[in-house]
Amino acid sequence: MANLRIENLNKRYGTLAVLSDVNLTIEDGEFVVLVGPSGCGKSTLLRMIAGLDGASGGDIHIADKLVNTFPPAKRGIAMVFQSYALYPHMNVRKNMTFGLKFTGVPPAERERRVTEAARMLRLEELLHRHPRDLSGGQRQRVAIGRAIVREPAVFLFDEPLSNLDAALRVSTRVEIANLHRMLKATIVYVTHDQVEAMTLADRIVVMNKGRIEQVGKPLDLYYAPANLFVAGFVGSPAMNFFAAKVESVEGGGARVVGPGFCSLDLPATSLKVGDPVTVGVRPEHLGREAEGPFAAEGVVEHVERLGESSFAYVRRPDDRLFVAEVRGRLTPMPGERTRLIAAARDVHVFDASGRRVSAHTSS
Amino acid sequence: MTVDQRARSLGVHLVLIAYSLLAVGPILLVVMNSFKARSAIFGAPLALPDASTFSLIGYQKVLRASNILTYFSNSLIVTLVSMALVLLFGAMAAWALTEYRFRGSTALALFLSIGIMVPIRLGSVEILNMMRSANLNDTLTGLILIYVAQGLPMSIFILSEFIQQIPSDLRDAARCDGVPETRIFLEIVAPLLRPAIATVAVFTVVPIWNDLWFPLILTSSDSTHTVTLGVQQFLGQYITDWNSVLAALSMAILPVVAIYVILSRQLIAGLTSGAVK
Repeated sequence: MANLRIENLNKRYGTLAVLSDVNLTIEDGEFVVLVGPSGCGKSTLLRMIAGLDGASGGDIHIADKLVNTFPPAKRGIAMVFQSYALYPHMNVRKNMTFGLKFTGVPPAERERRVTEAARMLRLEELLHRHPRDLSGGQRQRVAIGRAIVREPAVFLFDEPLSNLDAALRVSTRVEIANLHRMLKATIVYVTHDQVEAMTLADRIVVMNKGRIEQVGKPLDLYYAPANLFVAGFVGSPAMNFFAAKVESVEGGGARVVGPGFCSLDLPATSLKVGDPVTVGVRPEHLGREAEGPFAAEGVVEHVERLGESSFAYVRRPDDRLFVAEVRGRLTPMPGERTRLIAAARDVHVFDASGRRVSAHTSS
Repeated sequence: MTVDQRARSLGVHLVLIAYSLLAVGPILLVVMNSFKARSAIFGAPLALPDASTFSLIGYQKVLRASNILTYFSNSLIVTLVSMALVLLFGAMAAWALTEYRFRGSTALALFLSIGIMVPIRLGSVEILNMMRSANLNDTLTGLILIYVAQGLPMSIFILSEFIQQIPSDLRDAARCDGVPETRIFLEIVAPLLRPAIATVAVFTVVPIWNDLWFPLILTSSDSTHTVTLGVQQFLGQYITDWNSVLAALSMAILPVVAIYVILSRQLIAGLTSGAVK
């Protein structure tokens, strides 16, 4: 087990920059999840850590060793692929031991590791089966087993659950979390599924267009997104945004007004009168009976009922829609006029460059 | 099955049976007549051999009078060695051209595809000169070299297509596992190519075994003749020993059939192995 340090990592294909100046330090035993929309460079970053893709610039250190020029096998990593990538003509045992032959692990030790991994992943019964005779979940466990027997410094997971059906995804997610607890392994995990990211990660790295937008604990990202992109990416349905302007600055506070909502008073900020800002509120933080400085009004246009709660799509005065999550049995009806309120701590304000300005107050 | 479906399947089968008869007919005639006396071959060429017309004279003559066993072993050596080399080099070249990007790889692939379009016989004169100056005329080595050159372009083309279908994750996984490149090729890619290799083997073997042209221009002594060339000695300008010709041809069919049976089994095994996911 080891730490991982990435410094000024760049990847270009011709003039196209896929990764730009990525800096990231991952501690020993940490579970870090890379998330972002497709094409954001998260898989490329993972493949570069693995050594499958070369860097155009920058350094990668694994266990305090510079590994830039090392082939994948020498980096002390093991990778689990989205397609499982099991060797189809080998049975489960052979799949797990095949690579060990080439890294100088003696047969007795190979046997011990396979037995251990098979016990951990409940694969004992399956050791003689071929991948074609296994279900998707079993194949994924074999792929993880093949990574475990290598006893790597860092585990790399590339969207390992996206080929599984919903129920299996949940149970495998729990297994991976348990595995991390048992192995105390350093894990870098790529996904586009925020639920996986939120539930598994010690820290989440949100990427966009080849850059890191924010690194933080799951709840920090949720409650204090550093910028508009992270605010919009984390959480489902996405955060509602309202365009607004600073109307007045008085006594260390600022009053913000916009066409989509009633006015909002902010504590001390660096904003000046006339600055354009974006106000963001998550659907789940809007409520009809809540109390707070933020309120938005509109006509309910469409309601999605999920049982535990409902999503109301509300037409704002400026003719755009926003979403509110309404809990309880009493769901709003389409056509109904409604007024939704959010508490001060749940209102996020971003300046013209998209950076967050409101501090997460403790009220 | 409804009546309509049954009628349609009957129709399809009739067509297929007719086609099979057409394809197998001449071969059956050759094999049938090889077991008959000379007069019966001409008297009733379409009749099956019966007690009065049955004769092994052709086989006896072939085995006694000529070096048929030498021809057979020459043909086998040339065909099998050529096939092995075409498959080995073809798979290796296909792997290199699809997996690695290197300077001139596209040009090389284009150059090889020219080999598919231009028949190798166009260069017969030059080949003959080259073989002479390399002291390879009248040797099996010379024949093998030509057949490898003849078979490689197509095999590289077919195998490249198949290699591209092997998911790149598999190779990446093997690389992460620390498997050396040669072993990735031999132990992961090659086994998955089995159906393709069987196809290429059939494509390669049949023309080589049946080839008359290059043995004719390159081999002059009896000890290097192949079966197809050896049979020619029974065909004369004035007299043709039909018993021997038919017997030799019947014997020449057997190895090709054997190779085909073996490879088609491989082909089926490969197809059912469920390559990925």
